[in-house]
Amino acid sequence: MENIDKRNLEEKIFKIIMIVSILIVIISLIIIIGIVIVNGASSLNLEMFTQTAEGGLYLGKSGGILNAIIGSIILALPATLFAFLIGIGIALYLQRDFTHPHISSFIRLSLDILWGIPSILYGIFCVIIMMYLGIGESVLFGIIALTLLELPLITRGMDEAMKVVPVGLKEGAYSLGSTKFETAVKVVRRQAMPGILAGVLLGLGRGIGDTASILFTSGFTDDIPTSIFDSTAALPSSIYFLYNSPIESVRQKAYAAAFILLIIVLLISIVSRALSKKSVKYVIK
Amino acid sequence: MDKRKLRDLICTKLMLIITISASILFFLILFTLIFKSGKILENYSITDLLFSSTWNPGRNEFGLFAIIIGTILVTILSLIIAIPISLFSAVYISEYSQKNIRRVIRPFLDVLAGVPSVVYGLCAFLFLVPIVRDFIAPAFGVQSTGLCLFTASIALAVMVFPIIISLCVESFTAIPLELKEASLSLGATKWETVKKVIFRASAPSIISAVLLGFGRAFGETIAVSMVCGGKPDIPSSLFEPVQTLPSLMASSYGELMSIPTRESALMFVALILFIVVFIFNLIGFFILKRTKRKWKT
Repeated sequence: MENIDKRNLEEKIFKIIMIVSILIVIISLIIIIGIVIVNGASSLNLEMFTQTAEGGLYLGKSGGILNAIIGSIILALPATLFAFLIGIGIALYLQRDFTHPHISSFIRLSLDILWGIPSILYGIFCVIIMMYLGIGESVLFGIIALTLLELPLITRGMDEAMKVVPVGLKEGAYSLGSTKFETAVKVVRRQAMPGILAGVLLGLGRGIGDTASILFTSGFTDDIPTSIFDSTAALPSSIYFLYNSPIESVRQKAYAAAFILLIIVLLISIVSRALSKKSVKYVIK
Repeated sequence: MDKRKLRDLICTKLMLIITISASILFFLILFTLIFKSGKILENYSITDLLFSSTWNPGRNEFGLFAIIIGTILVTILSLIIAIPISLFSAVYISEYSQKNIRRVIRPFLDVLAGVPSVVYGLCAFLFLVPIVRDFIAPAFGVQSTGLCLFTASIALAVMVFPIIISLCVESFTAIPLELKEASLSLGATKWETVKKVIFRASAPSIISAVLLGFGRAFGETIAVSMVCGGKPDIPSSLFEPVQTLPSLMASSYGELMSIPTRESALMFVALILFIVVFIFNLIGFFILKRTKRKWKT
């Protein structure tokens, strides 16, 4: 047995290393938030929220980022809705009531892998389809790209929540004569509600912040789109296109967009926590 | 057939169709990319594309070697930074911290995981780049613009933290308490228990966390393209600009779209990216699934 002093010293040293590591992680987040707030707060004014950008992509001095805010909303919300609608079908179907565990575990694996595919590949995939169909950069394909991107995340989130629904509850529903689908929709879905909400919000957060997938699919423009075949700007893409502009007031737009985006991400995190706490009340344990 | 049964049948079949189409999405992407990169493979051999290092689409030279090396360097360097920090953080969160500290740290990690990559890129550009340019590079006696391998790796490392930490915490807490208690009751210190019991028992999960982190870092596009400098040469020092595969796609897509061979070259890049990330994720998730089963029984 080694000397006990030496072992205690080792313990202390490693504890310090651990605390330093966790501090590095936390401080890096604080730095990120700090930079975004310091740069964003000074560039925020009413104009940013009420005016669209003017004067072209890279050099337009005046105006705000209203077009990007609206663009982000009309891209991310429908995408999340579609991903949710498709995803809940898949998630319900993956449960033991419908599918053999061998098959569902294969599908789960393929969803997990899709989750890890870099978002730019979804963008490229959509561009290939767009070229084939002869459609240019448009809101429509921005939404499709984001739907594909969010789908695996939302589906797996809901699936994990549904997996832990007690078998007894389902059996109760079956014994009262309900069909598989009725059980799935009325019992499993209700019981898994907190997890479903968390999954959807997680998907929304990923969709609203993703740049690479909408870079080539929805394009970038100063105007608010009037149809689904128009191109549109969005918050993340305006950060990407404007952050290194030589003109200070253009860079301000990127900082303001980052500020809004960060606030949205923080809000999503807070809301999903609050929601899951609230809806846990109705879950039968 | 009564109405409820009919509805059950229709909805079940609909769900089946949706599920099947979602699972073929993966193959759809793969085959489109293979099909689209066919043109470049007709004109150039794979070894030429992969092992020649001049990327100059203007002169029809599509050597990816330097860019592949750049991608691997950025990824490995970021993991070298991220792995120890994430691992020690995870040990602290799961074994050392009190419950109320854990309650504070958890939301922090969630937010860190949720920050969009473009915001990481912006922060690295505004904060890291000047520091590297003005302080770190001169301290090593090198001139640098700050847009370099080193900056990109640090930015990536921060992005990988939440993935590795949350996967490791999950696997550490899944280890049966009896194993830890047995070690502690024999007089081992806490760190010795961590080192000899926890690390050993969760070694596969740690490996899978690292593989998934690798997949994430390898495919990260936007943040890297904002700070890597985008020069398609093999960097000779930490403070030289690099180019990575995903960043190459993001930055040169618009200009290369018009000419079929060049477009096809980019599709080939996308294919490489897809295959590499696929392999790492597949192994990562496979190990993860097996270890989960192990502790359940």
